[in-house]
Amino acid sequence: MELCDLSAIETRKLILEKKVSAQEVLESSLARIEAVDGRPGSLESGPETDEDAQRVHAFITCTHERARELAAALDRKIAAGEDPGPLTGIPFTVKDIFCVKGTPSTAASRILANFIAPYTATPVERMLSAGAVMLGKVNLDEFTYGSSNESSAFQPSPRNPWNTARVPGGSSGGSAASVAAGEAQLSLGTDTAGSIRQPAAFCGVVGLKPTYGRVSRYGLIAFGSSLDCPGPLARSAADAALMLNAIAGADAHDATAATVDVPDYLAALEKDIKGKRIGLSPDYFQITFPQADGTYAQQPVPEEMRLAVQRAAEIYRALGAEIIEDVPMPNTRYGIPVYFVISRVEAASNLHRYDGVKYGYRTRQATNELQDLYRKSRGEGFGLQPKLRILMGMYVSAAQYSEQYYKRALRVRTLIRRDFEEAFDPHGKYRLDALLTPTTPTSAFPIKDVYGDSVLMQYADQLTVPANHAGVPGISFPGGLDKEGLPIGLQLLGPDFSEAALLQLTHAYEQASAGADWRKKRPLIIQA
Amino acid sequence: MPEKEQAISPEVFDHLVKLAALDLDEKQAEYLRRELNNQLSAIRELEAIQLDPDLPLASHGVPYDNHTSPALRADEWHACPDVKDITAQAPQFENGYLIVPDIPHTTLE
Repeated sequence: MELCDLSAIETRKLILEKKVSAQEVLESSLARIEAVDGRPGSLESGPETDEDAQRVHAFITCTHERARELAAALDRKIAAGEDPGPLTGIPFTVKDIFCVKGTPSTAASRILANFIAPYTATPVERMLSAGAVMLGKVNLDEFTYGSSNESSAFQPSPRNPWNTARVPGGSSGGSAASVAAGEAQLSLGTDTAGSIRQPAAFCGVVGLKPTYGRVSRYGLIAFGSSLDCPGPLARSAADAALMLNAIAGADAHDATAATVDVPDYLAALEKDIKGKRIGLSPDYFQITFPQADGTYAQQPVPEEMRLAVQRAAEIYRALGAEIIEDVPMPNTRYGIPVYFVISRVEAASNLHRYDGVKYGYRTRQATNELQDLYRKSRGEGFGLQPKLRILMGMYVSAAQYSEQYYKRALRVRTLIRRDFEEAFDPHGKYRLDALLTPTTPTSAFPIKDVYGDSVLMQYADQLTVPANHAGVPGISFPGGLDKEGLPIGLQLLGPDFSEAALLQLTHAYEQASAGADWRKKRPLIIQA
Repeated sequence: MPEKEQAISPEVFDHLVKLAALDLDEKQAEYLRRELNNQLSAIRELEAIQLDPDLPLASHGVPYDNHTSPALRADEWHACPDVKDITAQAPQFENGYLIVPDIPHTTLE
């Protein structure tokens, strides 16, 4: 085991005790990146080689020299007797959807490939202020539009460290892959329909989507402004808690960052979970999928997923929690159709700003008038997935269709929110502290198996997206391996601002399952 | 999906593309129109839900009130400290202006 394989909490302790230096920790991460990552994503990547197929490719931009300067400065502070902060010396990656001053901030799109951010996003700023060391910007689906990372304009796209023939999930695929492969101990991702939780599940790490408004969106390149949530990816609940402590809280730059007190998430971890009420819903054990004839069918989640949830429920029961079965969440199945409408309208609105005039890509073709410049710049700069979202957003919000599609979707969103309110109502029938579900309908699927079918790809998020509509927090954590040796993710969903309880429950599960055989397995890329 | 069941006809699609200011080649257009219609069939699942006409719209999930919303900032002008960092991002910037091709004169009807 190398330094880069330690937890963030252990690492910080060792650095502050002067048993290792921040520079040694950083060099361990850089050596791991050198060993497993391969070439970073680029616009002009050429054909993928056999070697490419064996690497992780988490990064778009490496900021190694900047990291070395930071680590050296931290070591000087520690030598002078200072404590640089709660994330001292911890290497982290940033999904390249956040602006970081002086770095390319690409959104994995050609249209922003040459954009150098003039300011730094609040959550990144807070991590840097807490002493963390940024390793670079990691890959994602273009503008976060996808669940596999294959839509990135920067190829080779990331691969799953457990099996490089599989996708890492998305859209925070580079984040999850970098944490799972031991390149970084923490990563900052975003979750609009499951984009933290789904890749966390696929890569066998912990991913927390905070309550909407818990973490500032300032400096986040927007997709669905009513849905986007920045949050941590880590290797344990404790590390995720440590990171959330640093990034959560109100922000004068973001009017949707809630002015709700931030508890000490780390201190809350060790509380007893006796008496916690954890629900199971039959609606999260059914998955909907599109069929070839254009109709939709429902079938049970795969047996391995169901059993992993049942085993976790038994562990919680043994720890003194109450398991409440048959909690109705009847509008879960509408999460994806609603998302097809709301997210597209918000995406189309947010993507109108890219026009080849103020910043970003401008066509090199001759243009004779402004509209022509717009069409050519946007036509060349956007990939297929942003184009698809722009067109659908414009269609369903058009005056003649708005009532039929957009307003209807917003009403169904109310029903989805009510499902959660009833389940979590402290005076209601169920009075849940959390709902326990599988995170995904399947484990990581093979590269190229789904990409191109935009409907099937979207349904990969069907168990995660209801929390985005409702705004409630959710966490995905490893709950075993399937018969192919791929991670299975378990999900806990809780009431608004209940991140402390979700982290506490995840931590309790981690402790109780610490001796399980599957916990001893490591991603193949590290074993190689 | 049979052509007659498709809501987004080639004509509607072309209109959307024009509004969206996107140049597309034929292959892209074919893929995008097919996927739009496939997505629309998923969206139509919502039509099966009986909705109370008084059911409110939810523009976001978490409710905001005076206790959870930050106070609005004072509407004050502050000089941007890094103007050059911002203008340097423009594809063409000269003498304090963003340069674009001609903007054709149109008469509003």
